[in-house]
Amino acid sequence: MKIDKEKFSAWLNTDPDRLSGMEEMAEIPYPPRERIKEKRHELEERIDAQPVGQISFLSRKFWHRLYTVFAVICCAVMTVVLLSTVAALPRFGEARDAINELTERYIVSGLKETGAVNIVAGIILDYRAFDTLGESFVLFCALNCVLILLRIDGDEDASHHELYFNLAHDDILRKSALFSIPIVFVYGIYVLLNGHLSPGGGFSGGAVIGAGIILLSIAYGERASGALISEKVFKTVCFCALAFYGVAKSYSFFTGANHLESIIKPGTPGEILSGGLILPLNIAVGMVVSCTIYGMYRMFKKGRF
Amino acid sequence: METFRVILLLILIACAICVSLTKRLLTAVIIFMGYSLIMAVVWILLESPDLGITEAAVGAGVSGILLLVTLKKINRTETDSEDLDTVSDERAGDGDEDR
Repeated sequence: MKIDKEKFSAWLNTDPDRLSGMEEMAEIPYPPRERIKEKRHELEERIDAQPVGQISFLSRKFWHRLYTVFAVICCAVMTVVLLSTVAALPRFGEARDAINELTERYIVSGLKETGAVNIVAGIILDYRAFDTLGESFVLFCALNCVLILLRIDGDEDASHHELYFNLAHDDILRKSALFSIPIVFVYGIYVLLNGHLSPGGGFSGGAVIGAGIILLSIAYGERASGALISEKVFKTVCFCALAFYGVAKSYSFFTGANHLESIIKPGTPGEILSGGLILPLNIAVGMVVSCTIYGMYRMFKKGRF
Repeated sequence: METFRVILLLILIACAICVSLTKRLLTAVIIFMGYSLIMAVVWILLESPDLGITEAAVGAGVSGILLLVTLKKINRTETDSEDLDTVSDERAGDGDEDR
């Protein structure tokens, strides 16, 4: 960029306007709004030129109205169904017997059988651990779909997209991120590791850590977050964590179903190393979730890692 | 406490209606993030703080960011949602020259 003398002297004599130079840099190659308007005119002319054009234009409006009507009807029906379901549930906090014998079993002997003080973690990672494995796989499949749809292959230039969304040199963001990123990470790791003792667990902690990595990426550029999670790290972590989860839980279900003695003991409830497999499983789920969330952000933003 | 809960739920309903009625998509995304934030507080009032943490991280944080990035990518932060169908036509038309 060559230095404009007039602009420089104006800058020297009056108040410094830091934004004046940046406007040129931030100029978007094609003004999107104008382009859309032009295209619209073109399209309308083309439609008018065709003999059947007007009919199709009308029918499109008709479909639009139909969509709106159907959307409203669907929303109303769903609302009625959900509200009637909620009305049929027992009141919040009320003990009603014989809804399901499972509930009593979970509450009475959950702590003894799983070793987890947080009974929710005991249910989702011990009694119903394969549900949670399925959830992790659903998330993983969603990421795979995003990869298939949004990934840009090879050396294709993606800097065009970067132009629209680059906050990496924003001072306010950087300074506030400097203070908040460590807190976010520590909180996420705390929630992850204390999943069997206090509210939280793999998914919540992983989501908090993933959001922290996204914040790092926005504030300090992709090189900072790329040092933490590259494509290779992402693949390795996702595969190893999901495979470990599957193998470990298969083992514990196999021994449990056949009344064999498991080498994994529940431990003393309340200690950090207790709850049997719940802590390692929480860590595995957390790693998958944080990697997936960051990977999705990357794909949406740039189309590659 | 009861009035606080009622106020929160009323704001929740107002947010949900506003999201679908707002013309500007950027505003709609921001209201949606506010909805998730209020929902996180409601979860904590319902004594399930783990869901509150998840809602705050995923609903108010990550999904909002993904929507914002998408809006930036398709240049919809400035325009209204009026001519949405024209844009989608245009997008389908010149996908390869655009990239």
